[in-house]
Amino acid sequence: MVRTTISSLFGASPIRPLQTHMAAVIVCVRELHPFMEAVLVDDWDAARTLQGRIAQLERDADKLKRELRLHLPNSLFMPVSRRDILEVLTSQDKVANRAKDIAGLMTGRQMAIPDPIAGSFLAYLDRCIDAAVQAQAAINELDELVETGFRGGEVDLMQSMIRKLDEIESDTDKIQVRVRADLFQRETELPPVDVMFLYRVIDWIGDLADLAQRVGSRLELMLAR
Amino acid sequence: MEHATIFIVLAGMFGLFMAWGVGANDVANAMGTSVGSRALTIRQAVIVAAIFEFTGAYLAGGAVTETIRSGMIEADRLSSDPQLLVYGMLASLLAAGLWLMLASQRGWPVSTTHSIVGAIVGFATVGLGIDAVKWGAVGTIATSWVISPVLAGILAYWLFISVQVFILTARDPLAAAKRYVPGYIFLVGFIISLVTIKKGLAHVGLEISGGGSYALAVGIGIALALIGIIAIRRLKFDPRADSSFHYTNVERVFSILMVMTACAMAFAHGSNDVANAIGPVAAVIGIVQTGGQVAQHSSLSAGILLLGGAGIVIGLVTYGHKVIATLGTGITELTPSRGFAATLAGASTVVLASGTGLPVSTTHTLVGAVLGVGLARGIGALNMNVVRTIFLSWIITLPAGAILSIFFFYILKAIFE
Repeated sequence: MVRTTISSLFGASPIRPLQTHMAAVIVCVRELHPFMEAVLVDDWDAARTLQGRIAQLERDADKLKRELRLHLPNSLFMPVSRRDILEVLTSQDKVANRAKDIAGLMTGRQMAIPDPIAGSFLAYLDRCIDAAVQAQAAINELDELVETGFRGGEVDLMQSMIRKLDEIESDTDKIQVRVRADLFQRETELPPVDVMFLYRVIDWIGDLADLAQRVGSRLELMLAR
Repeated sequence: MEHATIFIVLAGMFGLFMAWGVGANDVANAMGTSVGSRALTIRQAVIVAAIFEFTGAYLAGGAVTETIRSGMIEADRLSSDPQLLVYGMLASLLAAGLWLMLASQRGWPVSTTHSIVGAIVGFATVGLGIDAVKWGAVGTIATSWVISPVLAGILAYWLFISVQVFILTARDPLAAAKRYVPGYIFLVGFIISLVTIKKGLAHVGLEISGGGSYALAVGIGIALALIGIIAIRRLKFDPRADSSFHYTNVERVFSILMVMTACAMAFAHGSNDVANAIGPVAAVIGIVQTGGQVAQHSSLSAGILLLGGAGIVIGLVTYGHKVIATLGTGITELTPSRGFAATLAGASTVVLASGTGLPVSTTHTLVGAVLGVGLARGIGALNMNVVRTIFLSWIITLPAGAILSIFFFYILKAIFE
């Protein structure tokens, strides 16, 4: 007798939990910067601590992800499709997973970054983090979009945010080419296995931006419906 | 007539109990959108509901009461045995009341209207014979149960689209809200008062001519809009409130509109649902007072409407506020701009039905209206399971009300004869 018909008609909107999840993901990803700084100065104690924190933050985000999934039954009627919400959530989740992978691999192998590429390496990472932060900014506009019923200026604003996200992502592609070229020049001087893993880390860092962009393109699909 | 006093006392008691139930349970649904969208506090909602449920019941409840009282049964066939109708109406009240108690304990979304209509049709079919039911009128009522949520949904959809186009997507939504919201307030006052004046007031002895009714409705609309403008002027806006969510101040303007629509909804609910409780009472009293004559055409006394209105208010004050309180925390996804569109659409549809004498389900009409706003992509998440349970409750309520009332009909017949 507690719930009446009208109150049971309203489900919990997934928008706010989606934003909370993205915020948790960003907190996790941002830790990569201090982590990488520690790696660059060979401070493996600090790096291990930061790696542990990143792993913990990833678990926190995971918990939010599972909660949101559990509260998204088929019977909900939403202004955005359930599939789009779940896809965005998965992409967001993958960003945090990648951050954890990067920190885990680098700590596990105590990977040293060759000094000559250290600067561009950090810049590359920062730009990829920028992409994730931009994706979060777009996600944070979602509640305004629902408020305006997916019409008018809010749609334009969202589109321009997604365009900017695309620009950042193509930026990271360019930087990645440069970082790879720098590494290629020096790869003969380095242990081959280390080089192999360095290429893998470069790939993974690039994944941060790619996955952030995927969040953006799912948002675009939501606008299009 | 034999047992005349007992019949009247029983009818009054059962009717008051039903009215209490309407006030205790159904009012919460009618006020839910207002409390849920934070336009009213619980205390304010109870006060608003008490005032407007009562005026709605008293001023505009006549036509539906007439339908419940005598619109579904061919009373002419009963002139030899008028007390059969008395048993039937008492049985219907008992059946509907019992069924509602059972259903609300289990949390089923059962409509008061469906229960009482099912009960009356049930006893009439079995107790009086299948020809005693005006099937055409019953068919019209059943059709209105489908049409009213659909109509409310369509109205709500377009109302909300207009809010999007005029206000939410404007370059300066706050300025647009201040400009257009008084217009919507006018609409609320105009629609509700026009229907009431044209259809309802005859029952309380007021007749206003065609032209005069339009003028009065326009006047009430303008008066409400002026009150709205003053209220909007007195709002204090906090630019900082918009930093995290850009529409906080806009929604504040809408909350004034929402208060007005909440009054309209309470009024509409009172006007339609009072009949469920006092329609049968009016029938019993009519028969008894005319000394066994089936008084098909005697006019409905205002005193009975007063009784129904009072019963609703008592239900609201003794129990309804608890249900409304649980609603306040239940709905978090409804902002005043959406609450307004849904409530105005629901209230207009229900008042229109009241004026036409059609008993509809206020709750189902509101559900239709909320879904309409949802279709315009206005609400974060709607639980479509509710729509399924509503359909199920339809299928169960009509036969349940009917079977129970047939049962009570024969018991009463056995007791008094």
